[in-house]
Amino acid sequence: MKKYLTFPNVVLVLGLLFLYAPIFSMIVYSFNNSRLVTVWDAANSPTVRWYVALFHDRPVLQAAWLSIRVAAITATCAVVLGTLAGLVLARFGPFRGRAFLQGLTTAPLVMPEVITGLSMLLLFVSLEQLFRILFGWQFDRGMATIIIAHVTFTMAYVTVIVQSRLATFDDSLEEAALDLGARPSRVFFRITLPLIMPAILSGWLLAFTLSWDDVVVSQFVAGPGSNTLPMLIYSKVRLGVNPSVNALATIMVLVVALGVVASALLMRRAEKRREREMRMAESGR
Amino acid sequence: MATRAELASGLRGGRAGPLWDLLLRFGPPRWSQYIRQYWAGQRLVIAVPYLWLLLFFVVPFLIVLKISFAEFAPLGRPPFEPILRWVEEGGLQVKLLFSAYDYLLHEPLYVSAWLYSIKVAAMSTLLCLLLAYPMAYAIARASPSMRNVLLMLIILPFWTSFLLRVYAWIGLLKTDGVINQVLMAMGIIHEPLAMMNTSFAVYVGIVYSYLPFMIFPLYTNLEKHDPTLLEAAKDLGCGPVRAFFRITLPLSKDGIYAGSLLVFIPAVGEYVIPTLLGRTDTLMIASLLSDEFFRNRDWPRASAVAIALLLLLLIPIMLFQRIQNRELRANRR
Repeated sequence: MKKYLTFPNVVLVLGLLFLYAPIFSMIVYSFNNSRLVTVWDAANSPTVRWYVALFHDRPVLQAAWLSIRVAAITATCAVVLGTLAGLVLARFGPFRGRAFLQGLTTAPLVMPEVITGLSMLLLFVSLEQLFRILFGWQFDRGMATIIIAHVTFTMAYVTVIVQSRLATFDDSLEEAALDLGARPSRVFFRITLPLIMPAILSGWLLAFTLSWDDVVVSQFVAGPGSNTLPMLIYSKVRLGVNPSVNALATIMVLVVALGVVASALLMRRAEKRREREMRMAESGR
Repeated sequence: MATRAELASGLRGGRAGPLWDLLLRFGPPRWSQYIRQYWAGQRLVIAVPYLWLLLFFVVPFLIVLKISFAEFAPLGRPPFEPILRWVEEGGLQVKLLFSAYDYLLHEPLYVSAWLYSIKVAAMSTLLCLLLAYPMAYAIARASPSMRNVLLMLIILPFWTSFLLRVYAWIGLLKTDGVINQVLMAMGIIHEPLAMMNTSFAVYVGIVYSYLPFMIFPLYTNLEKHDPTLLEAAKDLGCGPVRAFFRITLPLSKDGIYAGSLLVFIPAVGEYVIPTLLGRTDTLMIASLLSDEFFRNRDWPRASAVAIALLLLLLIPIMLFQRIQNRELRANRR
């Protein structure tokens, strides 16, 4: 008979409660009619008035649209760069500067956001000056600078994911293809890429959420005109709790939860199929 | 005669050496063409991420370093004096100031911010470890299907907005917030507890936000442990508590290091959590950096804070990278 009431299991349950209690309370209070948020107005609740208000809030909608575009472009660029870096680190063996590249790709994972933000902004300011002097061209900080900053810190995550995925395969398949005369680029697209596709997909999603979520770095590098959704939320939240933020949070949490669960199920199925194919290939030998 | 595979792996190793020269010179023409293409392609593949990181990660640090030595010019655009300047007598003048660094080592406001940041980060790391270790242990011992569900439950909040999750705590911790209301309704307390804008709230926020970062390295470590070790200890008459301290804990030390560094490093420079939940009288270092930059427009001092923070974190970051590399190498085996 297995014991379930062990110390670790109890802590696990408490820990999960700790992780989910704030989210659930936020969801519940998003249906509260009272403007005072934490005072439950039992007579008029639940209500969807904050959700309705949200869809008429122009700044929120604009910021959300900007954030979606920034996150999608960031994730795509980060996946391309991160996959290249992961491939180089996992497959190219030792080359001059490899340790430096490895350091460069892991440092952004732990770098405090204020440092990343400040250094990126100072780079953009210097580039602005340089371009003004050299070409007489004045560029404005905005969406492009946010994307560049986001790509730089999210590609590190993609690199680590791709690199560790590649490390779980040996390169015998790629080697066999090379032996059979396939060109390296063909080997990459026909063999390596399909193998690391799950890693690339989860890297894309992770880069998307990190970019979608970022407030500190964006605050530094965004120009005066561009406001991403987290920046807008942050400026509202600094003034205290706000019922429309609760509604917005609920929508975001539900969308993410659905997305994560769906992608996990899809990935599980793909993984199972791959395993079955491997088994069939093994038994066919 | 080298096989094609050996050749390919030698090339991929980037140490082609004499064999490569030989083949280029005397090999069949198609081969040398293939090798040249391979080389060119490989260089390009290395160059793209390298250049990106150099331009957008290394160069920015050099700029921050440079500005940290500049003189503050409150009315300038940008607000600092150039370090290098041609003087009229026809020479290059270099002006490096250490005043910004001097200030942040001696000004009491800064000294207390440094100490407070380190204290908060260390305490949160410890609390995180104490909570995460049993959780990771329980997950590692669960049945495989249960394990996947539990991991999913741990990672799910991590995918939702960090900002919003921190914000959610305001609603819980406020004087008229959920926790106080529940405790008062249950009759445990009669006066609401002051939890918002305290160090306690910062600890809660950091532990809450970084918990998955602690659980995952611990879990990947604990999952690999051989259960027969504990059985052997039991057979030899070792109690479960003693077996834990003698076997499991020492074996999981890499997971503990990795998790602790993953929490400690970002926590020292944490900005959002202390700003939203924390005290208004004692600031953490990241808030000071942000204030210097946005409020006082003192770019040199903000840069100096960034460099000092980086120096403080350099050793933990390097430790983390070493563990990370060891992990990657171990996976390859």
